[in-house]
Amino acid sequence: MENSKNLEVFQAKIDAEIKIEPKDWMPEEYRQHLIRQMSQHAHSEVIGMQPEGNWITRSPSLRARKILMAKVQDEGGHGLYLYCATETLGVTREQLIQWLHQGKAKYASVFNYPSPTWADMGAIGWLVDGAAIVNQVSLQRTSYGPYSRAMVRICKEESFHQRQGYEIMATLMEGTAEQKKMAQEAFERWWWPSLMMFGPHDGDSPRSSNAMKWKIKRETNDDLRQQFIDKTIPQAELIGLKIPDANYKLLENGSYETSDIDWDEFWNVIKGNGPCNTQRIKQHAAAHDNGQWVREAAIAYNEKKEQQLKLA
Amino acid sequence: MSTDNQGPIWEVFVQSKPGKPYKHVGSLHAYDKEMAIENARDLYTRRNEGTGLWLVKAEEIVSVKSGDEESYFEPADDKIYRHPTFYNMPEGSKHI
Repeated sequence: MENSKNLEVFQAKIDAEIKIEPKDWMPEEYRQHLIRQMSQHAHSEVIGMQPEGNWITRSPSLRARKILMAKVQDEGGHGLYLYCATETLGVTREQLIQWLHQGKAKYASVFNYPSPTWADMGAIGWLVDGAAIVNQVSLQRTSYGPYSRAMVRICKEESFHQRQGYEIMATLMEGTAEQKKMAQEAFERWWWPSLMMFGPHDGDSPRSSNAMKWKIKRETNDDLRQQFIDKTIPQAELIGLKIPDANYKLLENGSYETSDIDWDEFWNVIKGNGPCNTQRIKQHAAAHDNGQWVREAAIAYNEKKEQQLKLA
Repeated sequence: MSTDNQGPIWEVFVQSKPGKPYKHVGSLHAYDKEMAIENARDLYTRRNEGTGLWLVKAEEIVSVKSGDEESYFEPADDKIYRHPTFYNMPEGSKHI
């Protein structure tokens, strides 16, 4: 009885666009959905540091290196905003990281693709961050307060990421034949994976309906994907990149029609068979384990200082 | 001691410019006060967001318990004489 009353109050708040805060009553499935989605989002930010971190020491100029370091630092920061927001749901940081290492929590599959050339830095910033921005702009209006606030903060910082990526691509496209080829190949590597970032078609998305009813998600996967396609194709054409899709065409309403995604590849990478799945988790776990002595030293240092304070 | 221990949670408040109130921006983990304020600088003020930082250990914060909001905030509703619009001003009075 109590529960159905609570549920009514909860849904009324959602319908009235009143944010849900950590102390408010919420259905257990809402809490679980958020923990899953937000931690996956946080893990994606942190795992996403790897393909780009890979190029910091090999960036072509000091300017490029400073930019890339700032961007990778931002991604780490975004992960931390999101972990803290997830922890307001009553789960610990230690638990979240353990689930990642055990394979119980996922992260964006797009980061399981390798970044073999400098042009991949351009394509990742422009396409992967570009797709993330479309999703995150929409999530600024999500119903859970701490998640919404983290999204607002992240969106403010993201636009430099996309612009620096597009600048890399545009610069390469003004360069030698070899540089143009490098840019085109990177574009082809990241185009489909970035479209996959929006997830399965709405009809095949198992948790979509509750997420929409509770306004965790505000727009459907297909709508968000289309927004991204319509923004990105003209940007590609402007700098002379060819869309790796023989069937794409501009419709009368200004929107683009494209071929369907290779869903077998999509599910295969999600299941852990992408080019870099094993490597990404292994590297994260190693960094975590190598940080153990730092955590222990920091705890010991704090205990020592508190002891000194008591004696003084 | 758990070797996975990430330290306690601290709530972060930033003052955007002198004269403005401190506003809650999020939280972070740190093992002591010094590390808390350094982490807050690195995490929450990378783009000139502020001129001041406050850090408070989350467990030290006192807040109104969930469900108690009514008894805390509702009494204000029947004291409308606390609002300036409650009072009748003589016709034609100005600057008041």
